[in-house]
Amino acid sequence: MNPRAGLNRLGELAAVLLLVSFGVFFMVTLVPGDPAVAILGSGKPPEMYEALREELGLDQSVLTRYFDWLGGVLTGDLGHSIVPPQSAVSDRILSALPVSLELAFLGLVVAVVLAVPLAMWAAAKPGGTVDRLVGASTFGLLSVPSFLAGLLLIMLFVNELGLFPRSQWVRMGDSFTGNLEHAFLPVLVIALSEVAVFTRVLRNDLVVTLQEDFVLASRAKGMPPWRVMVGDALRPSSFTLVTLLGISTGRLIGSTVIVEYLFSLPGMGSLVVTSAQNGDFPVVQGAVLVIAFIYVVVNTGIDLSYGLIDPRTRRVHD
Amino acid sequence: MTAASLLEVTDLRTTFHTPRGDVTAVDGVSLTLRAGETLGVVGESGSGKSVLGRSLMGLIGQGPTTTISGRVTLAGHDVHALPARERRRLWGPTVAMVFQDPMTSLNPVKKIGTHLVEALRLHLRLDRKAARERSVDLLRQVGIPEPARRLDQYPHELSGGMRQRVVIAMALACDPKLLIADEPTTALDVTVQKQILDLLARLARERQMAIILVSHDLGAVAGRTDRVAVMYAGRVVETSRTLEVFTRPIHPYSEALLASIPRLDAAPHTRLRTIEGRPPDLVSPPPGCRFAPRCTRAEDVCRTEAPRLRGPRPAAPRHTAACHLPPAATAHEED
Amino acid sequence: MTDSSPLRGTPLTRGQMTRRGLGRLALGAALIAAVLTVVEGVLGPLAFLAGLVLVCTGAGRLLWAWRRSKVDLLSWLALAWVVGLGVVALLAPWLPLPEGRNATVALSEPIYLEPLKFSDHPLGTNGAGLDMLSRAVFGARASLIISLTAIVIGVVVGGLIGVVAGYVRKGTDRGIGIVTNAFLAVPPLILLVALAAILDPTMRNIALALSVLTIPSMVRVARANAIAFAQREFVLAARAIGASRARVMLRELVPNVALPLMSMAMVSISALIVAESSLSFLGLGIPQPEPTWGNMISEAQSGTTMYDHPFIVIVPGVFLFLTVFSFNLLGEEAQRRWDPRSVKL
Repeated sequence: MNPRAGLNRLGELAAVLLLVSFGVFFMVTLVPGDPAVAILGSGKPPEMYEALREELGLDQSVLTRYFDWLGGVLTGDLGHSIVPPQSAVSDRILSALPVSLELAFLGLVVAVVLAVPLAMWAAAKPGGTVDRLVGASTFGLLSVPSFLAGLLLIMLFVNELGLFPRSQWVRMGDSFTGNLEHAFLPVLVIALSEVAVFTRVLRNDLVVTLQEDFVLASRAKGMPPWRVMVGDALRPSSFTLVTLLGISTGRLIGSTVIVEYLFSLPGMGSLVVTSAQNGDFPVVQGAVLVIAFIYVVVNTGIDLSYGLIDPRTRRVHD
Repeated sequence: MTAASLLEVTDLRTTFHTPRGDVTAVDGVSLTLRAGETLGVVGESGSGKSVLGRSLMGLIGQGPTTTISGRVTLAGHDVHALPARERRRLWGPTVAMVFQDPMTSLNPVKKIGTHLVEALRLHLRLDRKAARERSVDLLRQVGIPEPARRLDQYPHELSGGMRQRVVIAMALACDPKLLIADEPTTALDVTVQKQILDLLARLARERQMAIILVSHDLGAVAGRTDRVAVMYAGRVVETSRTLEVFTRPIHPYSEALLASIPRLDAAPHTRLRTIEGRPPDLVSPPPGCRFAPRCTRAEDVCRTEAPRLRGPRPAAPRHTAACHLPPAATAHEED
Repeated sequence: MTDSSPLRGTPLTRGQMTRRGLGRLALGAALIAAVLTVVEGVLGPLAFLAGLVLVCTGAGRLLWAWRRSKVDLLSWLALAWVVGLGVVALLAPWLPLPEGRNATVALSEPIYLEPLKFSDHPLGTNGAGLDMLSRAVFGARASLIISLTAIVIGVVVGGLIGVVAGYVRKGTDRGIGIVTNAFLAVPPLILLVALAAILDPTMRNIALALSVLTIPSMVRVARANAIAFAQREFVLAARAIGASRARVMLRELVPNVALPLMSMAMVSISALIVAESSLSFLGLGIPQPEPTWGNMISEAQSGTTMYDHPFIVIVPGVFLFLTVFSFNLLGEEAQRRWDPRSVKL
């Protein structure tokens, strides 16, 4: 893509991120209650509150505080939690991020691994029994909220079948198998909420692609059906899949919030929820900003990579 | 029928079961083709010529919405009796197809080289290097300059004419005995059309390959085919050596087709001759001769009884037409 | 059309279709009866589901045979569920339901009573003796009111902003675009959680928070359609006779944009219901003892409740699933009719 458009894009990106950061910051200032009181407790002499407020910088205007905070963010300092032990926000985020990333990544991988063969199987005979079954079950799956699906799976696996632990987390560095054991159910729940969407969209795309002339031409060359499906139909349809991956990032992050809550996992989602419940606004600010940043970057990355994958969109110099 | 026939079609009938009813796109077609012979199949849209081409190969076959009856024997194989996997083995080495629109019959996300190499490796089991060399050679044979460079390009980087040459190369990759070209030039510029048709004729001669050239364009088949079959509403209404049909047509439809070709030496503002009416609805075709509603010479028997192919001229016994009436007395002096 | 000719859209005759329909119906009914009496454990719900599907498709086929053309039974059932639920939810405060919200009144009621056991409490009771059916109905009331309010706000506000952006273009469009993208830059649930943390958990506030979620998508749909329609002749004609920009937008664009917006709204309702119930489940929505499906389900998380009394999850779960499913189905129908250009899931 030409540099002018690229620069424009980057500019818009920066504007969006700035706006988000301001929005996040501003929203937190709307939280009712006095943070100084929340920290020190009530019934203390007013000078103590004043002193704390000054220390936290709460006596300055919103804009000043925003730019202070922003300055800190750009140098990597996201502030400190106001809840004891008052660790650095960036530390909290750095320890929570790998958990969420692992869950999201594995969830996506499992979803794709399940969706691609299912979609191919369904698209091979549109309107056939397999297709209708897959269509009906994915539609049903779409209508089950992820927390409900998660709870049902827990009831099934943990209770009835006695497999898999219910909560806690084992870090990858500590125990690989332990990590996977604890990750299995959460990843499954996340994958389930994506599999339905992926399968449906990919199946539709494949059916359309399969009607193209080049598929017929490939068949006429004597290529066996599975090769036609994988070699000819899947390649153009995979662009849809890539776009889907990007679009699903937002939903994915929401799923990780629910799943982390369900399974008591120490990820970014839990971080946001518990610090929101505790009124720990520096952590909320920092976490939401990081999440939004990742989200925006991923989407932009998907947009740009589109140009790399699909040769038709590359600039052709005749 | 002699043992030298490459292709023998006996009473082929292809019926599609649609929500609106049954459409018999090919209704009792019989023909033979010898090795190295070129047959032109001419007809307007909806005449069934494309369906015929694909049914001959078995690309359209028996299925939940399609019924095939009759017999197609290709190089000794009964095409529709073969199981799917065996039939696929014919596609490429025995029979190959060239489709109409080169832009859509090439996969836009695959390189030209891949299109050729995968067929070669599948059927001829060549290794990558040998397949690549052969692909370069094929591209050269179809007249593409700088063939080695083209292998790594994508379809959208080539012009329409070159793309069609690639499609032809793809079809020739495994040295088929029969090439079915389904409107190979319709999507191309006029000047390029001639080049492609000449190319096909040359390749047929060099390789002793039989060609079935399906087209709605009479000009495409004139002078480039040995025999011609004229199709209307799913049936062959006339078939003969090419020159015969063009100079001494028997069937009123063939006559009308020839008469509708604009002549370069006609006076200015001469009205173009058209054929009145439209082709019949194949869900409920008229009884009797299907061309009768549009035929200027139709008589009662034409509307009730379907005519069979017969050769009314003793001097040319293989020139047959499906018409109850004797041929018009005058001969057309066409070139 | 004789009885021996195939029905429209299928190779089966009327008699064959009737036989198949009866067969499925019988099989399905047998499965359900088995589940209710004999089958236990994990297989139970699965068999029940299969039985239900068979009964529905069987009935569908019978209807097909009877009416001689295919009847979309599922869509009608979905509509019936939504309308029925809506009516019941609306009339909830006046219906003779057992106590579902006030624990002190229900002190004398048995706790954790099983559903479908022909007692005073058709769907059982929860840990405080509160009737599950009543709670489910009031939960429906909360969910539907919140979601519908949010969607109306979303359509009106988002639609207007989108039309302005799509018609005026230039700087305004750019600005609106950046703000919209900023909202869309935060994953929906995170935004919801953040908003819920700030605001008091009342129905009005939650509806407002949810509407913030839908406004950006509505803006996009309205804007895209406005751009498309703005190039049509009737807009040009309105301008040519001197109509002001506001008038053009209001009188020409808005009515045309309304249909695709409506179909987007239909599709979004189920997403909002899911969002609201997720929020309640996380404890950030309407607090107890006011029931919503989300917080009813989260009750099961205390101790071993979900293992001992799975119906605490299943009763509100079924209500939630049926409602979301029905809205999804109806939404798809709406999209097919009113906005066929949109991407189908």
